[in-house]
Amino acid sequence: MNLKRLLAGTALALGLATAATAQQDSVKAGFIFVGPIGDGGWTYEHNQGRLALEEHFGDKVETVYQESVPEGADAERAMTQMALGGADIIFTTSFGYMDPTINVAAKFPDVKFEHATGFKRADNVSTYSARFYEGRAVQGTIAGMMTKTNKIGYIGSYPIPEVIRGINSAYIHAKKVNPDVEFSVIWAYTWFDPAKEADAAKALIEQGADVILQHTDSTAPQAAAQEAGDVITFGQASDMAEYAPKPRVSSIIDNWGPYYIERVQAVMDGTWESKDTWAGIGEGMVKIGDITDAVPEDVKAKAEEIRDSIASGDYHPFTGPLNKQDGSAWLAEGEVADDGTLAGMNFYVEGLSGEIPQ
Amino acid sequence: MDMSSINWVLLLASLMVAATPILLAGIGELVVERSGVLNLGVEGMMITGAISGFAVATGTGSVTLGFIAAAVAGAALSMLFGVLTQFLLSNQVATGLALTLFGLGLSALLGQGYVGIKGLSVPDIHIPLISDIPILGPILFRHDAMVYISILIVAGVWAMLKYTRAGLILRAVGENHDAAHALGYKVIRIRLMAIAFGGACAGLGGAYLSLVRVPQWTEGMTAGAGWIALALVVFASWRPWRVLIGAYLFGGLTVLQLNLQAAGMKIPVEYLAMSPYLITIIVLVIMSSGRGRAALDAPAALGRSFHASA
Repeated sequence: MNLKRLLAGTALALGLATAATAQQDSVKAGFIFVGPIGDGGWTYEHNQGRLALEEHFGDKVETVYQESVPEGADAERAMTQMALGGADIIFTTSFGYMDPTINVAAKFPDVKFEHATGFKRADNVSTYSARFYEGRAVQGTIAGMMTKTNKIGYIGSYPIPEVIRGINSAYIHAKKVNPDVEFSVIWAYTWFDPAKEADAAKALIEQGADVILQHTDSTAPQAAAQEAGDVITFGQASDMAEYAPKPRVSSIIDNWGPYYIERVQAVMDGTWESKDTWAGIGEGMVKIGDITDAVPEDVKAKAEEIRDSIASGDYHPFTGPLNKQDGSAWLAEGEVADDGTLAGMNFYVEGLSGEIPQ
Repeated sequence: MDMSSINWVLLLASLMVAATPILLAGIGELVVERSGVLNLGVEGMMITGAISGFAVATGTGSVTLGFIAAAVAGAALSMLFGVLTQFLLSNQVATGLALTLFGLGLSALLGQGYVGIKGLSVPDIHIPLISDIPILGPILFRHDAMVYISILIVAGVWAMLKYTRAGLILRAVGENHDAAHALGYKVIRIRLMAIAFGGACAGLGGAYLSLVRVPQWTEGMTAGAGWIALALVVFASWRPWRVLIGAYLFGGLTVLQLNLQAAGMKIPVEYLAMSPYLITIIVLVIMSSGRGRAALDAPAALGRSFHASA
């Protein structure tokens, strides 16, 4: 019977995992990726983190990964397979893997799971994310000061808190330096589809946007902007430096390596615990890529000032007074948004047009 | 909603660009299916064409050579399908699916060194005089050469199927291969030629993505365009000009959907995004009933293996 064999296999794997003592000499780390490692963006940087692991630990760590795993039922299969294959710790690197991760983790209590950008935890499930919205504040500042048409295009992936935070943060800071600025948001409903992302960028440019911000993973919008001419963009998740100095004038770089090394070390030491990590520019998990010469000096200085004040903790991108889109009060003068609200953010701030699809 | 912010001229112009990959792949598959062969490997041939075209174009600096290489690569891959299904009589559906999987893997392997490289720019051709016509000029006559070539291919296929002896033979093979065989036509040879043509067109469609529309190489960049092309052939009920209309309709919906969003349209965009697939499902449902199938003029021998007995 297939079912019996599967159960026996599961039991065996569990037995092996339990047999391992708290102290481990070598660790097998698994990675579930949402796109291909060559996407030049999000998955590329997670893979860089994986390579940093291998370099740091050498023979003591073995890594396995699976690319382009769809979010949903298929993700559970991929994770189960990896857990059965003897992985000690599995990093699931997309928001949509949240429930699958929790489900699979319940079946493998001795395997550690690390879910990126989610908010559900368990005894053997940690969550980790970066405060990308801090980088968006820098981008919003540059975008607001550099736009000539006062129209900024934003390619969103899915309407989830992580993306909405980015839109809000970019808008707040663009508005601060340019009261006339308007945002157009296109939801692409994909993390990675170069043709669709290119079309979205073109549609925004055709409607007059001269700054494109993207929260999708490929470099296609950069190419579209380059072809259109006088349009600027920002690298997303990865530096995308091949499009510098223009259209790409700066970028948000996700730097996962140090975190992955820390967590695998914790598994080796037997000190791994379920926790929530949310680090930003200050901790080095979010880096701001080189601001190119296509940006005027005063804009660059202003952007760097924001970056440094966020890094030092003097300034929080969501500082009141801020209202929600419907005009109701959110943050009072000088009040700072709490992490709980930010983690579940499902509203636009005042001034943004359009609705968040539900 | 502010419809005035949509620039309809630019929208219609980008519609033609967005539709060209599926148009090329669709017209190729139409010829294959009219010969009685169902090749579900369009996606695999497209993406192989995309990477081959991109690699050759960046290597030689010539976009033309890139497109030629893409057509050759698509045709070469389709011959794998041809040999398996025509000589070894393997199941066409299974072989086609395998071809898609194989193409996706092969392209990822070939593309290792090409990730993150910038593509070449392809100039738009402004056709003299008529490109200056207001409104129509920018919509129709200011595109890159491949947009026109794709329309010429559709016209060529239409004329070939309707007016030439070769077209008649191809249709005979697709409707009743035993009868065509009895008349002395080389069924397998004709089908192989059709499969190669389909592969070449799919390769061109893929290369259009990697060389013009995106333009760069990323793994998995066709993202289902091959499947839309397959649906398109059914939607068009195997008629060349309807493939053109269908491709522009599907391409138009994609572009329109994004433009409506950018303009702040309040209706849920998911409905527009799913509409091409909904139309396809409806057509397929009609297709699957016997009378509907006949009414839609599906080639009678579609998907059946031919083996000359005795």
